[in-house]
Amino acid sequence: MAGLNKTTLLDWYRQMVLIRRFEEKCAELYQQGKIGGFLHLYIGQEATGVGSVAALRPQDHAITAYRDHGLALARGLDPKAIMAEMLGKRTGVSGGKGGSMHLASRELNFWGGYGIVGGHLPLAAGIALKAKYNEEDEVVLCYMGDGATNIGYFHESLNLSAVWDLPVIWLVENNGYGMGTAVDRASGQVELHKRAVGYGMKDGGRVDGMDVIAVYEAISDAARYASKNGPVLMESMTYRFQGHSMGDPERYRSKEEVQRYAAGDPIGKFRQTLVEKYKDVAGELDKIEDAVVATVAEAVEYAENSPAPTYEDLVAHVYAD
Amino acid sequence: MASNVQTGEKPITIREALSAALREEMLRDERVFLMGEEIGVWGGTYAVTRGFYDEFGPKRVRDTPISEMVIAGAAVGAAMAGLRPVAELMTINFAFVAFDAIVNHMAKVRYMFNGQFKVPMVIRTTTGGGKQLGATHSHSPEAVFAHFPGLYVAVPGTAYDAKGMLKAAIRDDNPVMFVEHSTMLQRRSAVPDDPDFVLPIGKSDIKREGRDVTIVTYSKGLEWSLAAADILAKDGIEAEIVDLRWLRPLDMETVFQSFKKTNRCVVVEESLPMFSVGSEVAAQLQDKMFDYMDAPVKRVNALDQPLPYASEIEMMALPDANKVVAAVKEVL
Repeated sequence: MAGLNKTTLLDWYRQMVLIRRFEEKCAELYQQGKIGGFLHLYIGQEATGVGSVAALRPQDHAITAYRDHGLALARGLDPKAIMAEMLGKRTGVSGGKGGSMHLASRELNFWGGYGIVGGHLPLAAGIALKAKYNEEDEVVLCYMGDGATNIGYFHESLNLSAVWDLPVIWLVENNGYGMGTAVDRASGQVELHKRAVGYGMKDGGRVDGMDVIAVYEAISDAARYASKNGPVLMESMTYRFQGHSMGDPERYRSKEEVQRYAAGDPIGKFRQTLVEKYKDVAGELDKIEDAVVATVAEAVEYAENSPAPTYEDLVAHVYAD
Repeated sequence: MASNVQTGEKPITIREALSAALREEMLRDERVFLMGEEIGVWGGTYAVTRGFYDEFGPKRVRDTPISEMVIAGAAVGAAMAGLRPVAELMTINFAFVAFDAIVNHMAKVRYMFNGQFKVPMVIRTTTGGGKQLGATHSHSPEAVFAHFPGLYVAVPGTAYDAKGMLKAAIRDDNPVMFVEHSTMLQRRSAVPDDPDFVLPIGKSDIKREGRDVTIVTYSKGLEWSLAAADILAKDGIEAEIVDLRWLRPLDMETVFQSFKKTNRCVVVEESLPMFSVGSEVAAQLQDKMFDYMDAPVKRVNALDQPLPYASEIEMMALPDANKVVAAVKEVL
């Protein structure tokens, strides 16, 4: 925890709680039919998202798949504009044209959530190539689920990044299941980080993805390495407490298993750490939680009062002018 | 004669025209770089980039592994981030491997994130059969890519067009599939050496004027159509040839103007007939030009089946000038 002051740690706590409350509200709005399409919740994986994004500098880049709300919030996208996107409003981060899976902010170097498994991996390589080409000190953090490690994009993108020494951290958020298929039913090598050897790239190992500080430290190390030397593959061991997406009957795992992981909830764990470290911090944490609830309520109010996109919005941005 | 009367310095080949376009744009803009299989040390399998590796170095002429998915996808990412990649897929047959990156990301990242990103990139690739390469290496599927909004699709048929269109594609902020014909690289025409010679995107060109029938075509179809027009002229039939040059944007206005004069149309393309350029042109003509129509629109395409190896039967399956002549005579 060297160099991490209380303000920083409390802000991480705020972010983690924000992701949790924000997504709980999203699930509710989905049940009410106010959010449509797919909804893939990040609940349970907050420590991985917050710890890893905290390790990035403003000039660094993040890109991910469709489970993107948590990372968008962690990267600092406005919760109001994210919620507006969820509700399909023209004030949304993608103008209501992207939805839950396609949040992005060019300004914040958050290059988006993508809906085709593995499809964003070559984009990450291309963004990293830009940094290298222009000799800019920037790192790309490319998130993917464990399921993405078995699609061809993974192989081609990791190999190219190694051949070209691109500054990418390939971070597998291993939540145990690609949709409903457990890692050991989908991968010959179940320690996914070990595939680094096959590409001749740095094996960044595994990190406890339920421990925000451990994730921060591991990604910070990886970022330092990547900016100087080239790509790193690493794995964050995490767990999603909800289904793959809304309406997942979860036949592939037991209630007991989910409960076992829930006992190690990353937010509860981090709260415990903070309470042990800072005497009398509980009151501050409670205030943070209240503030987050207000932030989410504000976001919902903003989104609900925002206008729907228009015909002009529908047909805009197919091409650049 | 044609609107683009050729006023250039000297006749050069399509290969030389492509090479000149790439070189000029790389000299003009540091952000332009090449990536693809065998484009560097080898010099390009069609020799378009011969000498580039020595001139521009490995940073700007980037040999890749045999990895079409990441060639296309990394070009998308680099373009979103501000570079101007010209990626090469050795042949369009390999573009199917990269189809997801092209259709889902090259074409759509601008739209799905509400215009936050531009994708100023070009994928150069070669199309066409007729070389005894068998069923998997003889596709002409450019119309497939033209199906998708967000992309532009260029299909030049002359050296003049190849140069002016490639330069336009590289300078534009939209993603372009630039489809060259693999058997036409040695064809010559006069081409300006003005480094700012750029042709407009989405503008077709009348390659031959005539009053009796409109032949709509592109790429290799242009050769068959010009040869057919010479044959028809001997019988006093004057064919007007509209070279589309771009399948997207598709310049139907020029086709309509020609059709108002001739009232008859034959569409000539090397691609398969179903869901083809011919299908689209015919549909738009019956929709917008019904009152001018004196005969059904005829299509000249490859046979609706895979191509074989043996030359005798491969050529039977492909269009040629005589098939164009026969189709024209059917609509007169």
